[in-house]
Amino acid sequence: MLRKNSYFSILLLAMVVVMVLMVLMNGIDFLSLRNLKSMSFQLPELGILTLAMMIAMLTSGINLSIIATSNLSGIVMAFILTGLVPDSGVAGSGIWITLLAVLAGLAVGAIVGMVNGYLIAVVEISPILATLGTMIMLSGISVVITEGYVISGFPQAMLAIGNKAFLGIPNPMIIFLICAGILAVILNRTPLGTSIYMIGSNPTACFYSGVNNRQVLFRTYILSGIYSGIAAVIMISRFNSAKADYGESYLLQTVLAAVLGGISAAGGFGKVSGLILSLIIMQMISSGLNLLGVSNFLTIALWGIILILVMVVKYLLENGFLKRRAA
Amino acid sequence: MKNLLYRHETYVFLAIIIFVTVVSIINPAFFTLENFFDLLKSASLMGTFAIGMLFVLISGGIDISFTAIATVSGYTIAVLLLRIGDSLNIFLVFLIAALIGIALGMINALIIHNFKIPSIITTIATQNIFYGILTVITTGTWLYGFPKWFGDFATIRAFTFYTSEGVPYGLSIVSVIWIALILISWFILKYTVLGRGIYAMGGNTLSAQRAGFNLFGLTLFVYSWMGLMAGIGSVIQALLVQTVAPNSLVGKEMDVIAAVVLGGASMAGGSGSVLGMILGVTMISILGNGMTIMRVPAIWYNVVIGLVIIVSVGASAYRRKIFTRRKVITETTSAGGQSAA
Repeated sequence: MLRKNSYFSILLLAMVVVMVLMVLMNGIDFLSLRNLKSMSFQLPELGILTLAMMIAMLTSGINLSIIATSNLSGIVMAFILTGLVPDSGVAGSGIWITLLAVLAGLAVGAIVGMVNGYLIAVVEISPILATLGTMIMLSGISVVITEGYVISGFPQAMLAIGNKAFLGIPNPMIIFLICAGILAVILNRTPLGTSIYMIGSNPTACFYSGVNNRQVLFRTYILSGIYSGIAAVIMISRFNSAKADYGESYLLQTVLAAVLGGISAAGGFGKVSGLILSLIIMQMISSGLNLLGVSNFLTIALWGIILILVMVVKYLLENGFLKRRAA
Repeated sequence: MKNLLYRHETYVFLAIIIFVTVVSIINPAFFTLENFFDLLKSASLMGTFAIGMLFVLISGGIDISFTAIATVSGYTIAVLLLRIGDSLNIFLVFLIAALIGIALGMINALIIHNFKIPSIITTIATQNIFYGILTVITTGTWLYGFPKWFGDFATIRAFTFYTSEGVPYGLSIVSVIWIALILISWFILKYTVLGRGIYAMGGNTLSAQRAGFNLFGLTLFVYSWMGLMAGIGSVIQALLVQTVAPNSLVGKEMDVIAAVVLGGASMAGGSGSVLGMILGVTMISILGNGMTIMRVPAIWYNVVIGLVIIVSVGASAYRRKIFTRRKVITETTSAGGQSAA
């Protein structure tokens, strides 16, 4: 029990340290309502993608195709939004068309998830290879159907999803919290969640305890695909456009965020709560350094350093201290 | 002979032959010596990285950071070439790039071995660190205008032919370097204790340790070797394009991994061969080149590559699945027979 909570405590400590550092460097303005709001507009994009990555990682897999899935579903949404909206801008906010587009976007995510699920669960390709293949292919399809161009100009309703706030809380943040909540419920309160953790720790034992591994993996990747679709909704709404190669740098960052959040790369362990803390830490670093006018690339380097430091501390806690106590 | 049917390499080789035949029929310009040397030259960069990646994959790890390592060493030699280019020579350039690559690779190995952090996580982190810090320092400026001797070296050929129009072509020095590296790697993997140790570690870490292999030494070697290849690759890149841009390599790491995996190296470690790696790199290169020659629009490139990867790894995964199922059945029946006796 102590060991389980100790990682969460490290993260909490890291969060406080980062917050104090950022306040010291930026002044109390860092905690101003305006900055908090801008941070919570930025966090959900990476956040939902990281949730999509997390689901796959819990089964000791990985989903390299999340960004490519998002872009494809964003492009499909953009086609529907720009193709079907009679050049209005003023007349009507396009609620129905937005709803249709969002549903289509999520469907694209689910279909891609099914393809991944089929390749991984039925053909039994290792997840990293299967999703590497679909990643390259999907990004290719996106380039082919858009011919490399940007598709832009969405109705008001679509833009509201990513840019408006409800009761002072930015819409993307609300969507992110709902997504995180649903995932937490699935993982902790449903048979599917238990099976996901079990497959991650020991697939053979899981199989012999009567779980249909194939079906669980299939659902895992569908869920991961749908979450990528949700991320796409926020992404295209905030950019007011869709393109084949948006957010490619997010891919490795989602793994980084997930691992920092305590998701084991070997599968089987990790909580949504840890993930949220790690996202907050990363967002605070990025916003804080941005306020100071430091290059984005320094932020990226710092994320890497923090990941390694946290992993080292975790290793020392798990091995160094325990061994000494045992001796 | 029967063994050949079970080898992944055979299928990749067949696929290459079919593709080459189809492209050659459509456009005879593909199957010429000139195009062959051209292909070999352009495959050398990916091929050099692929050598390092092969070693890492066989050892059961993965390295995402090699593009960042290559960027750091490439940028360093570019700065040196611009500042004190006249007092350098090509051997010094390779030496400096190699040392930087090995040093950064060692950092990866030390973190991976000492703190037991999975290699994929370590190298994602170090990629961010190396690349982030380099870009902050350099502000992303492109470097070009290297000394004349550096440009001249890139045009050396081992032997030269002339086309009917009098354009020279032949085996480029860059390809010679790649071929030399391939031979060295093949020797290490096949005939040295070190090479067998890498296979052993990838196959089963615990057994390798019990069998007396020095795991730390092996890890250190594998990631330094990857770093070395990244360093040499960065010089090859600079030779080929005579420009060094901080953002030209990072983000392309998956292409190299795809090529090596296409050649039959497994992500779980313990398997993979130099021949397979060459076939994988060849496959990716001729796909791109062949599509250009068949006048397929470049935008289709990724769709085709992705499909090829899925079909290839799918086929080998499917064969493995059938094979293990057969093995399980025979084992259980033979075990049953023994207990009955």
